[in-house]
Amino acid sequence: MKTLFVRGPSLLSRLVLALACSFLLIFIDHRLQAMQPVRVFLNSLVAPVQYLAILPEQLLDNFSESVKTTDQLSAENKALKQRILKLQGQQQQLQFLQNENRRLRELLGSDARESARRMVAEVIAVASEPFSQQLVINKGTLSGVYEGQPVLDSSGIIGQVQDVGGNTARVLLISDQSHAISLRSERNDIRALAQGTGDIGRLELMFIPHSTELREGDLLMSSGLGGVFPEGYPVARIASIVRDESLPFATVFADPVSALDRVRNVLLLWPSESELQPIYEDDE
Amino acid sequence: MKVVKPGIVTLLVTYVIALTLMVMPMPATFDVFRPDWVTLVMLYWIIALPHRVSIGTALILGVLSDVLLGSIVGVHALGMVVVAYLAARNFQRLRNFALIQQAVVIAVLILLKRFIVFEANVFLHDAEFTLSYFWPVLTSAVFWLWVFPLLRKVRRQFGVS
Repeated sequence: MKTLFVRGPSLLSRLVLALACSFLLIFIDHRLQAMQPVRVFLNSLVAPVQYLAILPEQLLDNFSESVKTTDQLSAENKALKQRILKLQGQQQQLQFLQNENRRLRELLGSDARESARRMVAEVIAVASEPFSQQLVINKGTLSGVYEGQPVLDSSGIIGQVQDVGGNTARVLLISDQSHAISLRSERNDIRALAQGTGDIGRLELMFIPHSTELREGDLLMSSGLGGVFPEGYPVARIASIVRDESLPFATVFADPVSALDRVRNVLLLWPSESELQPIYEDDE
Repeated sequence: MKVVKPGIVTLLVTYVIALTLMVMPMPATFDVFRPDWVTLVMLYWIIALPHRVSIGTALILGVLSDVLLGSIVGVHALGMVVVAYLAARNFQRLRNFALIQQAVVIAVLILLKRFIVFEANVFLHDAEFTLSYFWPVLTSAVFWLWVFPLLRKVRRQFGVS
């Protein structure tokens, strides 16, 4: 039986209570940064929704995969084989150079560079809000993913892990307004700090003097100085330099080398010096 | 012992569907126009069943949105709670509006919610204004014309009261 008059606390008091709750949550999360343990739980809680959201897309993908003709498949197969051949050729060269580099480094007495361990993950969601540029991937603590882990795609660095759930993780993209990455120009080793602009596909280089030797089209690699990203991965290419003398610094924009709005598979990186290890599934 | 109220499953299913639609991947061109599904569904239930769905639900849905969208926990909750309060106070007036009038009110409410979320983001980390964030105000109002009859049908079919 529905009662007309007994309704518990009044609407206004409930509003005040809920507002207080919201402000408290914002305070705890933003100022105290104390939500991480709860976030792991919450992320795991909403993971089914995220997997549900990509279900139609996956079904469609499977369907289009299963109706491909033999011709299409054989053409694709041929193209892939050629690519493998090309990559293998480059790999041989790389191995030779790596050995040479190690020998030279030994001669010089500097530390040898270890290769990092990797894991492939799939993008299962993108944040649809303009003031946060994020991806959700389908690997989490159960695969050994950790907070602050560098994330790459086939062409370069795309971001770092912001928070982790059981089997999902959220990646903050380099184009997010709150993200900055330390870079080094490939051509002349000039260091630069690139901050996201909130516009996908655009970074801004900060504190570049007007007299800089950087040029449009210069490739910027990660410098490894921030401690988060490993050294020497391509990140962005300088798109425009505006030298407005009325401003203290030149306005330099750079475009990320990877198409951040089209990422489907990402590569998680475990730097060799870190103690954390990837946990591979048994069937892989 | 309190018996579980009938229709709780229906309510939960509509919430899950709305949350799923909120994070479903879409081409970037349409993504900007994605209606605010969670707020739409919540507003419908507040207008239809104000004694069951109200500020508490708004708070929970807001926190879930925050976690799903990866924003600071509490930001969306804040916006949802304020909108839910306004809708719950005026549910009788809203019920008597024509569908088109309702859609206009819904647009205003969603504009308010988005404005609160945007201002919170400005306050927390200096977000820059992007007009595209407010496109869903229009699309949500348009979608209301279908969401309302659809959810009413669902409510009558499954006898949620």
